[in-house]
Amino acid sequence: MMPTQLTMSRAIGTGLRRALADDPKVVLLGEDIGKLGGVFRVTDGLQEEFGPDRVMDTPLAEAGILGTAVGLAFRGYRPVVEIQFDGFIYPAFDQIVAQVAKMHYRTAGAVTMPITIRVPYGGGIGAVEHHSESPEAYFTHTSGLRVVSCSNPQDAHTLIRQAIASDDPVLFFEPKRRYWMKGDVDEEFGAQTLSMEAARVVREGTDVTLVAYGPLVATALDAATAASDDGISIEVIDLRSLSPIDFGTVEASVRRTGRLVITHEAQQFGGLGAEIAASITDRCFFHLEAAPARVTGFDVPYPPAKLEEHFLPDLDRLLDAVDRVLGRVNSLTGWKA
Amino acid sequence: MLRATVVDHTLANHAAEDEPKGTGDELVQLLTPHGERVSNRLFDPWIADVSPEQLLGLYEDLVVVRRIDTEATALQRQGELGLWPPLLGQEAAQVGSARSLRSDDFVFSSYRENAVAYCRGVELVDLVRVWRGTASSGWNPYDVGMATPAVIIGAQTLHATGYAIGCAKDGVDSVAVAYFGDGATSQGDTNEAMVFAASFHAPVIFFCQNNQWAISEPVTLQSGLPLAARAPGFGIPSLRVDGNDVLAVMAAMRCALDRARTGGGPTFIEAVTYRMGPHTTSDDPSRYADPAEREKWAAKDPIARMEAYLEGLGLLTDEAKASVASTADDIARRFRAGCLSLQDPAPLTVFDNVYSTPHSGLERQKSQYAAYLAGFEGGA
Repeated sequence: MMPTQLTMSRAIGTGLRRALADDPKVVLLGEDIGKLGGVFRVTDGLQEEFGPDRVMDTPLAEAGILGTAVGLAFRGYRPVVEIQFDGFIYPAFDQIVAQVAKMHYRTAGAVTMPITIRVPYGGGIGAVEHHSESPEAYFTHTSGLRVVSCSNPQDAHTLIRQAIASDDPVLFFEPKRRYWMKGDVDEEFGAQTLSMEAARVVREGTDVTLVAYGPLVATALDAATAASDDGISIEVIDLRSLSPIDFGTVEASVRRTGRLVITHEAQQFGGLGAEIAASITDRCFFHLEAAPARVTGFDVPYPPAKLEEHFLPDLDRLLDAVDRVLGRVNSLTGWKA
Repeated sequence: MLRATVVDHTLANHAAEDEPKGTGDELVQLLTPHGERVSNRLFDPWIADVSPEQLLGLYEDLVVVRRIDTEATALQRQGELGLWPPLLGQEAAQVGSARSLRSDDFVFSSYRENAVAYCRGVELVDLVRVWRGTASSGWNPYDVGMATPAVIIGAQTLHATGYAIGCAKDGVDSVAVAYFGDGATSQGDTNEAMVFAASFHAPVIFFCQNNQWAISEPVTLQSGLPLAARAPGFGIPSLRVDGNDVLAVMAAMRCALDRARTGGGPTFIEAVTYRMGPHTTSDDPSRYADPAEREKWAAKDPIARMEAYLEGLGLLTDEAKASVASTADDIARRFRAGCLSLQDPAPLTVFDNVYSTPHSGLERQKSQYAAYLAGFEGGA
């Protein structure tokens, strides 16, 4: 089949459609995912096509959605759960981290939890409180979960199908401000299809390694383009998988560039940036020419819409960090080369 | 007819007009504490087929599970178990309900349901693996139709509901049962489970053992109403049953199972009982429980009343009693021997079963720790 141009929202929708068609045990659960097609229309048309037994509107209770998904998984089903917005996931926290994540361990491997938890996440859409958060680190910190985030329509489609096929539970973070980004989507899996655990070098470069995922991959690519005007060559890596992290790909890049910048929208303290900086420092300390730099959201609650541009990493903040690791200028200390 | 009666009337608050009033304490009771059989037109038919052999079987179950429980408490006191949650006093609630189930039904329980596990066919040694700390799991849930216990209070009520929704999707008449206690009725999960069960008309039974205590907190702190009175607010019919009366529990359970199997949806059963021992072996009830109240409940003992009933029927001779006691002792010996035979797991199994397929980050930690251990004299 020839690739078709799809938005990321549609690319996920077609992935869900394929999963529903391929496996009768796949069921979708969530709030407003039926007739409405989800608040972001990701499940548009699926209830009409597969019926309300396969695409289930649920009562408005996130713990209830996840807890019943656990029971369905016990019964041999493969539930795909939609959490309407990132900030609504916390009522389900116990069911995710203490039940979904641990059931395989608690049953010594007898019971699998092939549950996919879809979470529209991140900011940049001018939303109100609880609608712009990036809670991925809570879940990467939890043993037993896999965590992925897509940055483009093709990966969105591939990863959602891989996530649903996985016998482990997967948190699937969808960057909501990129839902309407368009790109080619090939529905066929082939030798070129990356595994769900693999990172991808999305732009090759020689001077600095810039690690991003989800909504900030596009920002990182813009930064690389801008930097190239100044003669700086940035290698951009899209992590794709946040648990596990494909440190091998990052390490190989940093061994060549000697410089590492990590970016995410989530708050900095205890975040993925810290984990990546520590792990890469551990793996190739003597190849580093500068301390790894993090460009992240600040350690504050997600701010009101009119302040979010001061919270979210953007192209200029990325370039500032690139300058710092290159020793060109240091916006934090005022020191200039 | 009977089914309709249960559906139409929430037995928590009132009896149907034509229903015998029994002891007048709103409980379904078929055996008085003295072992007298009370007739109950609504619930008698549900146990009419129970044969003398089956009655003796129930009696043996009650004696055996108490004996196992006593042995486990002793094992904990002797340092062989890290912890044990005694079920003393709740034998009838657990045996009567569990012995009503079919093998294709599925139980989601809390951690005190060791008599339920025994009745489901869990191996004796499997009852203590987790409490001895040698394994993350006691048994394979699919072998016995019972999930390994949930320790987070109320979490399993949702699992049972989801499983029941799956049974309905599959078009089978298997039923899921959630076992939980009075404390769990305050949890959001339990309340959400009742919302989901009602909305999806799920074939699930909410079996609440009201043992009057959530560690030190009395049930009055959880609810100003009888617990069973809450369920009708969710659209779920409920009833209160004497939890120390194995026949009444069995009748109530069979009635609820029949409703679930025939498309009637969920039922909430409150089995009113009493936790005669501590919350766990780490607890000290003398700090909060009134000994007089305990004495009152001791007079309602589930085994004593069944014994009196069976003796009255001429079914339980001295020889039969001695034989049951001997069986129980034998089981306790095997239980103890199994417990003591459990070996500490190998160090690297700490990494096992976290994921169903290899996780590169964890594999790296495992190989690094293996190398570290190998560095010691004698290796890992």
